[in-house]
Amino acid sequence: MSEDGISREPMLEVYLFEATQLMEQLEEISIECEKNKKIGTEAINEIFRVMHTIKSSSAMMMFNNITVLAHSLEDLFYFIRENKAVTIDFENLFDLVLSGIDFIKGEVSKIENDGEADGSSETLMLKSSSLLQNMKEANGAVIKNESIQQKEDTQFYISSYENSSKEVKQKYLARIFYEDGCEMENVRAFTVVHNLKDIVSEMYHIPEDIIESNDSVEAIRKNGFLIGFSTSLAKEKVEEELNGIIFLRELELLQVEEYPPEIKALKVKKEIVLEEPTEQEETNKEEVEHITKSGKQQSIISVNISKLDMLLDLVGEIVISEAMVTKNPDLEGLQLDNFNKASRQLRKLTNELQDIVMSIRMVPISMTFHKMNRIVRDMSKKLNKEVELEIIGEETEVDKNIIDHISDPLMHLVRNSLDHGLEEKEERIACGKPEMGKITLEAKNAGSDVFIIVRDDGRGLDRRRIYEKAKLQGLVTKPEEELTDKEIFSYILLPGFSTNESVTEYSGRGVGMDVVKKNIDSIGGTISIESVTGKGSKISIKIPLTLAIIDGLEVAVGISKYTIPITTIRESFKPKENEVIADAEGNEMIMIRGEAYPIYRLHRIFNISTKVTSSNEGIMVMVEDNTKAACLFIDSLIGEQQVVVKALPNYIKKAKGIAGCTILGDGNISLILDVSGILDR
Amino acid sequence: MAKVLDETMENSEDTQKGRFLTFSVGREAYGIEIKFVTEIIGIQDITEVPELPNYVRGIINLRGKIIPVIDVRLRFKKEPKEYNDRTCIVVIDIKETSVGLIVDNVAEVINIDDSNIVPPPDIKTGFHNRYVRGIGKVGNEVKLLLDCDKLLNDDELEGLNTII
Repeated sequence: MSEDGISREPMLEVYLFEATQLMEQLEEISIECEKNKKIGTEAINEIFRVMHTIKSSSAMMMFNNITVLAHSLEDLFYFIRENKAVTIDFENLFDLVLSGIDFIKGEVSKIENDGEADGSSETLMLKSSSLLQNMKEANGAVIKNESIQQKEDTQFYISSYENSSKEVKQKYLARIFYEDGCEMENVRAFTVVHNLKDIVSEMYHIPEDIIESNDSVEAIRKNGFLIGFSTSLAKEKVEEELNGIIFLRELELLQVEEYPPEIKALKVKKEIVLEEPTEQEETNKEEVEHITKSGKQQSIISVNISKLDMLLDLVGEIVISEAMVTKNPDLEGLQLDNFNKASRQLRKLTNELQDIVMSIRMVPISMTFHKMNRIVRDMSKKLNKEVELEIIGEETEVDKNIIDHISDPLMHLVRNSLDHGLEEKEERIACGKPEMGKITLEAKNAGSDVFIIVRDDGRGLDRRRIYEKAKLQGLVTKPEEELTDKEIFSYILLPGFSTNESVTEYSGRGVGMDVVKKNIDSIGGTISIESVTGKGSKISIKIPLTLAIIDGLEVAVGISKYTIPITTIRESFKPKENEVIADAEGNEMIMIRGEAYPIYRLHRIFNISTKVTSSNEGIMVMVEDNTKAACLFIDSLIGEQQVVVKALPNYIKKAKGIAGCTILGDGNISLILDVSGILDR
Repeated sequence: MAKVLDETMENSEDTQKGRFLTFSVGREAYGIEIKFVTEIIGIQDITEVPELPNYVRGIINLRGKIIPVIDVRLRFKKEPKEYNDRTCIVVIDIKETSVGLIVDNVAEVINIDDSNIVPPPDIKTGFHNRYVRGIGKVGNEVKLLLDCDKLLNDDELEGLNTII
């Protein structure tokens, strides 16, 4: 996105951004409405507004299929809005709206990948119009007015305003020719129709499908654009209106008694929804509302993430150079009161700067959580399970990079819970559980970590089955009794592991959980699984708030310096020679408070030459990841420091146990240890 | 504007064409195309990174940018030599990867016409032949012209092999 995003046309960029956002917004509203089986005025207006924006911006960008779809959906909601009392078939309506959203999303992503938005929205259109038809029929009594006055053989809907008006309506016939080479005749014709809509009471035009069909351009060029309409306005007014059309070459306006046969034929075939003149006022009002609303949104700007990354890098550099200046070895031993004062001020400011840059990148997790709503909705329908999704702590803020990484794992987890975790309705009732299953998504801050918890009240994990399956696949060697629940459950995170006998559309292929683990690992997070048979399971993901800056402990081994992330350190101590014991194979361990921990000598595993080899000369640092703990043997401690994490160059193959590197205050590089990598050795 | 830019690009391409930075490693003189070279720096503190092939000496901090450094001597399986004040790091940039090459010393930038470049002999007499793209004649001396791409990408293959 960052690279090709620059080369893309700015208009298109804005369109894509806007469309994606609007679709997400719309999805959220739709799901909310469907859940409550109620659609409030505000929601209708919001949907209407979204559809309208999409329609007009897509029309501007010439994505006709999106325009047409948005238009038909807009019609639907227009009908609902205008007829407040209608009974709505919520399920069908929102099924339609959601598939419409999917369609538009699909098209938008095609455009984003520089493809052609060539999907056909026809079936959706048909569905939409038939739904509109159904709704109209079902609610016919409310709005259908017999149009005796018109004595037409077709039925079409006339608003009450029109009926009550006693004014004589004149029928007009207009033929419009555009200037040669003005291009996009069909779009221009559509504008005419759109403009006339507000002042006429009925309207028919040839060619019929202006926007949808490609032949219409040719037809308009050849035969002109023929419109038949009736209005109470005087001829001059109508003429004035029509003459305002740009690129107009020729206009024939006739006042007629009866429409010519070709238009009549249209009339029989098709009805047109009329719009009341009062609507104009309403739209005006709405537009004003819209404007004030967008005025509010103006205070937010969207910035390319790569620029933010650059800013972050730069601030990281500033923090480093600040330390280089204020801790400059040349200053040692000097009495510099003013300098110290100034440098304290500088430090304060750089810290603030750093905090602010970090906070720019923080986004609430709610977006990701709300995406799950959709998944839960779709799956619960397909699997015929009733599920309630509870969301707690959606306002928790996490670094943007991390959000991108947890969206997929979270989706897998929710799917798993729905598919494997929650039982069928009958089974739930038999177990004495409420019929409706419950999945809870929770996010919370804990220190510099964020916990994301996916909980369900399903059948829980089957310890025995997981063990047997793992044994079958040769993943375990120990007997079952020796393993804790946590250890056994963690087998499901291994690649190729799936207990589900049957592969379903959503899960069971044994990919998934290992992908989850991989994704979480890649951002330095950990997963732990808890489960009680029959009660449900709980999967907690612990992820760091940010990837960019960590608190680290600087340690020295030989001439190299390493940084151990503070979060993984339990304690550090100086061992006594006799505390270190070695088994027959030379594996060293140490007894601390009744527990034995393995010892990893850093200089040995990384093959560094150092003079400090005997246990009583160096220092032990006890580190842990989620399951294991061990002691690292190092030469000496240097100090605690906040460091900016930098990735190792791609060229260097990642060594196991090294997470990245950082530049120290003196310009030297220190390698950051990946504790779980070392413990896995 | 764009046209002017194009022209300057062309010009700089033109001025860089056929120009080589020469340096020596051991007794041989090598040349690399100047367009790959971003800068030449003196030897500096190198941070060792575990589990790398021996010729990748580690990483250095080049004004906030972290780049790996390769000892060309070790790369060509020559005897290691103490670094001195003549030792240089030639920073090259290939396909957006920056890498530093440690060489014994840097000589000069010379022009070698295409007509003066001959392909290396087919018989693989020397073990480092595969990194030599051609042999350039300058007066009565010869320079081995390195294929930077291979120098790095062959590494990757080997790097993988050592891990497996």
